Amino acid sequence: MTVKTTEGEVRLPATADGPRRRGGPGRRRSFTARRGLTIAGFLAPAAVFVSVFTYYPMLFGSQMAFRNWNLNDLSNTDWIGFDNFVAIFGSDQFWTALVNSATWVIGSLIPQFLIGFSLALLLRRRFFLRGPYQAFIFFPWAVSGFLIGILFRWMFNGEFGVVNDLLMKAHLIQSPLPWLADPSLAMVAIIIANVWYGVTFFAIMILAALQSVPDELYESASMDGAGRARTLFSVTVPYIRTTLALTVLLRVIWIFNFPDIIYGMTGGGPAGQTHIVTTFMIEKTQQGDYGVASAIGLIMLFIMLVFAVFYLQIVHGRKTT
Amino acid sequence: MMHKTTLPGRTAKFGFLGLWLVITLFPLYWITVTALKSPGAIYKFPLQYWPEKISFDNFAGLFNQANFGLYMVNSLVAASVSGAVVTVISLLAGYIIARFEFASKGAVVMAFLVTQMIPAFIALGPLYMMMTNLNLVDTRGGLIVVYIAMCIPFSTIMLRGFFDNVPDALEEAAMIDGCSRLVALFRVLVPVMLPGITAAFIFNFVNCWNELFLSVTLMNSDSNKTVPTAISGFITSYNIEWGPMSAAAVMTVVPTLIMFAFASKYIVQGLTAGAVKG
Repeated sequence: MTVKTTEGEVRLPATADGPRRRGGPGRRRSFTARRGLTIAGFLAPAAVFVSVFTYYPMLFGSQMAFRNWNLNDLSNTDWIGFDNFVAIFGSDQFWTALVNSATWVIGSLIPQFLIGFSLALLLRRRFFLRGPYQAFIFFPWAVSGFLIGILFRWMFNGEFGVVNDLLMKAHLIQSPLPWLADPSLAMVAIIIANVWYGVTFFAIMILAALQSVPDELYESASMDGAGRARTLFSVTVPYIRTTLALTVLLRVIWIFNFPDIIYGMTGGGPAGQTHIVTTFMIEKTQQGDYGVASAIGLIMLFIMLVFAVFYLQIVHGRKTT
Repeated sequence: MMHKTTLPGRTAKFGFLGLWLVITLFPLYWITVTALKSPGAIYKFPLQYWPEKISFDNFAGLFNQANFGLYMVNSLVAASVSGAVVTVISLLAGYIIARFEFASKGAVVMAFLVTQMIPAFIALGPLYMMMTNLNLVDTRGGLIVVYIAMCIPFSTIMLRGFFDNVPDALEEAAMIDGCSRLVALFRVLVPVMLPGITAAFIFNFVNCWNELFLSVTLMNSDSNKTVPTAISGFITSYNIEWGPMSAAAVMTVVPTLIMFAFASKYIVQGLTAGAVKG
């Protein structure tokens, strides 16, 4: 840790000879109060900003879900119970988006995990130029998801796209594919973009976990004659399982909520066929349909909560057996 | 690992790493090449994998026709002011969470983490109304304030991880010497943690620089647009002109790439620390 190595450079005020406790008993007494004030004072700015500009609108938004709240006509913002939810569940658009969300999460997560895991295993040991290599494959993270959507939109362009050109050069396809004009192909394309973006995260997290595995474990596994695959599945994976499980959970939630790539790449099109629930909700917000948008938000929150509970139960259940 | 690496094994390993590197860099390469082609050459077969003639027409058009220079200034102001304020605020909060034990600590950390999990877009509409009431819609100040709130939670978690790496003997020594806690924090700890703090600042800066949905929602007038908002405006027009679009993409990505390159090591450290402890 560089943080630690620079410690030596800091000139500390001389303390060795000076009086250790100047305040004495009197200072002790006010200690608890002062401590409380310090905690409150240091936390206050962060707490105020997050409460006012994140939590307040979020809570306010939640109650809009049960009201007739449309920015285009605010003359009647009555409480309407579950009408917004009924309307959402009755719309085909929503169900398409929900199915797409599942495809989007599963289709992105599995390749991200597998490629990320492989990269992490290959990066575990030092090699010449490993540092720069890591910095380079880190690059997708500096780019906004929205812009990544744009980059891939251009590469998957049906007419002048480089993807079609490369596939045709490799004789994998005979004529250009209408990537973003065909709903199924468009789903494939946005998922490819998301895989490209998310692999780095898994690589970094899993690499950090791998580096926490003590070398002695590998040594004893190798002395027991375990081969490489055996070591991986009997030593490495069990050791980092908690981190893996947590990383996967965080990623599922994050991918589920992540609209940027789709927003930039297809905008939910063609004809709303690549909307996931999140982009669908954003579209509703941009149309001023705040009540419906908020209701979708609550549905998303509910889905993720249920998922997290089940997921943790499964992971936790396995651990105890 | 104890296993001997074989030549085929090594070839496979570096083959895979090499392939992934190419895949990672290709989109950036392609958008740059597109931006450097003359406007006509973009839509010409066979596709040129290197511009026949390097042209800066797309960039020139971007800055002459669209107000792209102004958008970049807007983004730069929003990202650097919010980035700096967030870093200071979350430095204080991260310090408290790292160093103190108190009853509501778990709740505070949870409140920060939850903002990273729930669909933040539920706040988009209400935030717009609230900012309208505060007369902060379509103002730089309003956007900055919202960005500050957006970045605080993760930045705090990240910085807390860096504090955990620094022994508390450091500021205690300074405090015994008569410094107040705040002074000790900034005189003693900040210099030690400078790499981590810089990384946090860069991370916040890049997040604000890249932010789209809040600025699209809050900034209406052309003179207040940030770069991502402007770019999203290029899309909604009927046909995307890929020449200026590529140039705009390059102009957006390059500054963040340079910043990330310098700080990537510490950002990785902060991210993994934050997530593992989270």
